[in-house]
Amino acid sequence: MDEPLVRWDWIARNWDNGGPTSVKVLLENHIVMAFVPVVVGLLIAIPLGLACARYRWLYQPTVGIMNIVYSLPSLALFSILLSVTGLTQTTVIIPLTLFSLAVLIPAVVDGMKSVPDHVRQSAVAMGFQPYKRLMKVELPIAVPVVLAGLRVAAVSSISLVSVGALIGQGGLGYLFIDGWQRQFYTPIVVGIVLVVALALVADFVIIVAQRLLTPWARRSA
Amino acid sequence: MITFDGVTKRYADGTVAVDDLSLEVPTGAITVFVGPSGCGKTTSLRMINRMIDPSQGRILLDGKDVTGVDPATLRRGIGYVIQQAGLFPHRRIVDNIATVPLLLGWDKKKARDRAMELMERVGLDPKLARRYPFQLSGGQQQRVGVARALAADPPVLLMDEPFSAVDPIVRTSLQEELLRLQDELHKTIVFVTHDIDEAVKLGDTVAVLRVGGKLAQIAAPAELLSAPADDFVREFLGRDRGIRRLGFVPSGTLTLEPAPEGVTAQGHGTFNPAKDSLRAALDASLLSPDGLAVAVDDDGRVLGVVGQAALVGAARG
Ligand SMILES: Nc1ncnc2c1ncn2[C@@H]1O[C@H](COP(=O)(O)OP(=O)(O)OP(=O)(O)O)[C@@H](O)[C@H]1O
Ligand SMILES: [Mg+2]
Repeated sequence: MDEPLVRWDWIARNWDNGGPTSVKVLLENHIVMAFVPVVVGLLIAIPLGLACARYRWLYQPTVGIMNIVYSLPSLALFSILLSVTGLTQTTVIIPLTLFSLAVLIPAVVDGMKSVPDHVRQSAVAMGFQPYKRLMKVELPIAVPVVLAGLRVAAVSSISLVSVGALIGQGGLGYLFIDGWQRQFYTPIVVGIVLVVALALVADFVIIVAQRLLTPWARRSA
Repeated sequence: MITFDGVTKRYADGTVAVDDLSLEVPTGAITVFVGPSGCGKTTSLRMINRMIDPSQGRILLDGKDVTGVDPATLRRGIGYVIQQAGLFPHRRIVDNIATVPLLLGWDKKKARDRAMELMERVGLDPKLARRYPFQLSGGQQQRVGVARALAADPPVLLMDEPFSAVDPIVRTSLQEELLRLQDELHKTIVFVTHDIDEAVKLGDTVAVLRVGGKLAQIAAPAELLSAPADDFVREFLGRDRGIRRLGFVPSGTLTLEPAPEGVTAQGHGTFNPAKDSLRAALDASLLSPDGLAVAVDDDGRVLGVVGQAALVGAARG
């Protein structure tokens, strides 16, 4: 039998079939499980990164711990978490949040380092109090570097979600297992195309946000 | 008036950056701190607005010890200009200039109007107001830095090598602009530089510091040039001290002689005794083929001439 790479009728039938493994539902789950870790990661990384930038001795240990976490196989993390959070999306979201922290904390620290010393000094000399200086001068100047880190975190989070399929929570990752088990390529192709498209859209959205938020950073004008 | 009263700064690593410094910075005049790299100029300056606190001694601002004033409040009343301008890259020029007024709680409109007024004051095209700092030249950025420091009309201005990073032509124009502004504003300015020519050009008073943070001499430029206190100051002042000193001697005291037949302003070097220095008069004489410097008034009418012998006599003394 001559199996085509993509069977369009399969896509039409399974896009929205009302079941828990319809492509549309998988896509929605995928977006949630990729998006939540990045947002939560950013919310945690900003205060932690600021603390590391402020207290230098914190930085190396923090990055060290984050790198160890990053090096752990996701499967190992899943099995540890399974006993606590079970076969839920949370079991996927927690490790991915840790992974995104490993990218975002250094990004926040580097962002703070990107504030030129003379700019910080002149803010002090003009009578900015520390909190106001942080909010009005240092953080805004750190934005381009933080957003560059956010792009990496978002794209890798989107690709990593698929691994959750091993515990039945992998969003589009389910399509890879399904296709492989049945030696049926269509779901695999659909999964790859959707994951890549999702990554491209996320990247594009962040780039547009960067253009809008930091018009002053465009060095070619 | 700013008073340094026995001020010493010893950093945590033991470096003595400023050593028992006592001097007075008079109100409404420019006082220049000059000296070689590492002699404690920046440290001295930053102790005035409490970016650094002294280890010993006191700094008084109009009689009040600055360490008794809340740092942020103190700083909002003291303009500060630095070498790299220190502009906020994420704010437009007009908002950079309006920074301190906004910190002081002025309303937005008033702060912006003030910023626009200052742009004009410091010779910036108002069209630049909506730009970001990276879209300006180095010289323009420095002007913005000066405008920003002046925005809330502080009585005191601290300037740390503000013109060292721009090319010589721009530097000269910024220096002249500062002198012109000072004529109108009469701020109490402390100006730090390592360039002695800049120091004598801008300073009403010049304080020469030596490495180790000790005051070597404080004097008006003319006095500094004619009577350096010691070898260090003499060396630091460099060559042509005699010629440069003449820049501070007025030419109005020269005795003019009637212009000989046929001597006119054309073809001769000229000077204006009401405005120019003895140095300008000597220069005029050197430019004339017969050695006569022609004195002219504001309208260019010939008042008389001075010969080289008379000029040299005046220069001696
Ligand atoms: N935070 C610091 N800790 C230790 N030593 C310092 C510190 N800041 C400055 N110094 C030292 O204090 C001395 C005076 O420094 P300062 O910056 O006041 O000199 P300066 O006259 O402004 O020099 P330059 O012309 O190079 O700017 C130098 O020897 C410098 O190395
Ligand atoms: Mg310095």
